[in-house]
Amino acid sequence: MNAARCVAVAVFRESVRDRVFYNLVLFAVLLIAASILMGQLTAGQDIKIIKDLGLAATSLFGLFIAIFVGISLVSKEVDRRSVYPLLAKPIRRSEFIVGKYAGLLLTLFVNIAVMTIALYTVLFFLSRGVPKPIQGAWDAPALDPALLKAIALIYMGLAVVTAVAVLFSTYSSPLLSAVFTLGVYLVGQFNADLKHFDVIVDSPAAVAMARACYYVLPDFARFDVKLAVVHGIPVTGSYVLATAAYAATYIAALVFGAIVIFSKRDFK
Amino acid sequence: MTRAVAGAAATACLACAVALHAAEDRWPAPGVDRPDLLYVRSPAVMTRIVLDYDAVAADAYWIRALQHFGQERLSPPGHVRTYALLYPLLDLATTLDPYFSIAYRFGSIFLGEPYPGGPGRPDLAVALLQKGIAAQPNKWQYMQDIGFVYYWHLRDYKMAASWFQRAAEVTGAPTWLRPLAAVTLAEGGHRGASRALFEQLALSEEVWMRDSAKLRLSQLDAMDTMDAWKRLKLQGRNPPIPNDPSGTPFVLDPATGDLTVAPTSKIFPLPGQLQPPR
Repeated sequence: MNAARCVAVAVFRESVRDRVFYNLVLFAVLLIAASILMGQLTAGQDIKIIKDLGLAATSLFGLFIAIFVGISLVSKEVDRRSVYPLLAKPIRRSEFIVGKYAGLLLTLFVNIAVMTIALYTVLFFLSRGVPKPIQGAWDAPALDPALLKAIALIYMGLAVVTAVAVLFSTYSSPLLSAVFTLGVYLVGQFNADLKHFDVIVDSPAAVAMARACYYVLPDFARFDVKLAVVHGIPVTGSYVLATAAYAATYIAALVFGAIVIFSKRDFK
Repeated sequence: MTRAVAGAAATACLACAVALHAAEDRWPAPGVDRPDLLYVRSPAVMTRIVLDYDAVAADAYWIRALQHFGQERLSPPGHVRTYALLYPLLDLATTLDPYFSIAYRFGSIFLGEPYPGGPGRPDLAVALLQKGIAAQPNKWQYMQDIGFVYYWHLRDYKMAASWFQRAAEVTGAPTWLRPLAAVTLAEGGHRGASRALFEQLALSEEVWMRDSAKLRLSQLDAMDTMDAWKRLKLQGRNPPIPNDPSGTPFVLDPATGDLTVAPTSKIFPLPGQLQPPR
């Protein structure tokens, strides 16, 4: 596993070199500009809107990184032929895939951690000096620790997207991998519709297929508790744990799948 | 082409573009009163389009609703104020974020506001708040607001009292709601009961709710002044025309000879003073 760790660190360094973290500047500018403008535009809803905006931007920027960095993780090495000397070294193909995946997870983690700090900082400055009775009318406190639950679930969702991207990256071109990953992400958003397909379609075969897709495809809606957290609706620890377990098993399945495909590839 | 020539050409082109832009500002094209557009009106479609970014989309529609309301309300005299997009925008915002409390509460105030200050649609205000109650059945504030709409805009005091009563029965509702329901039922339409209602709302922690209640209290004061002036006139005296609580002089209604609030006043219009165009 030492080899996997080396690959992961290399992926992280490459992300830094590729200026992936420049998105943090954009995030900071977006939040600061929004915090200045919102007070004028939103009739006293600036805290809620900054929370919505911060969480949505965290999720969206993370999604772009997960897809567009994830799809090129393996294929870039193959295209550049840098995979040949790498695999000639004492490193197993499984370690290579796990290392690549872990490296991107580390990149996402650092990215999200910085965004979280920026979001709490902006919320702190916005809520500073607001009288207690007005704060009492908010659905949730400005510096609500429950925001961390939403952010943790966003991270888990992005980890699944990254695993999907890495899986496609092992056998497909970056363009097709991007299309496939985005497709899986979009279908995963409408997972609940697949469950209730029988309401709009009479064909038993179509209903059975939709039901199968419902269970097999990742349910990305599970990772979205942003609305609940912003409105102070409790998100239980058991829900977070159950979702984490779901994400872990799904990620394991995808990474094992990627290892199987990559192990069978012939690089001669 | 040398680098210097290319740089000079780029600078010259940019200067031309800036000059054209400035010229357009100086001689603007004649203004056209274009109606606002809303491309997607179906909340069901919009919830799918926005994926899991529903909260941010709800915020965007809420800001648009505020802008639409403000734009129509402050539009020049030549523009016919329709507030046509107000309810669709609020409907989208509250479907995307069913817990968006201010969109229900503030939105209902906008919708109920008499024409021309608002669309004069208390029926839609009630519908919006009932949608909020469907999402959060224990939100007594929405029930209180429905009672307020029935009381102030629809003047249905029995319904208003029943909604205040319903709000009072929710766990955690303030104790003053129950006596308010009783007073509304017994003395509905009396200014004393109205004043009691708005004095309670003026104590709200929400700034906009306080402002709205203060406006209503000013309107009640104006009505008292108008009645006092009428009494003096009926006694055969010739009282001077007073100012309303916002400092604007009242005007004489040519139809009745009574005082009424001037269209330039901050408290214009009083309930029922104007009707929206059909």
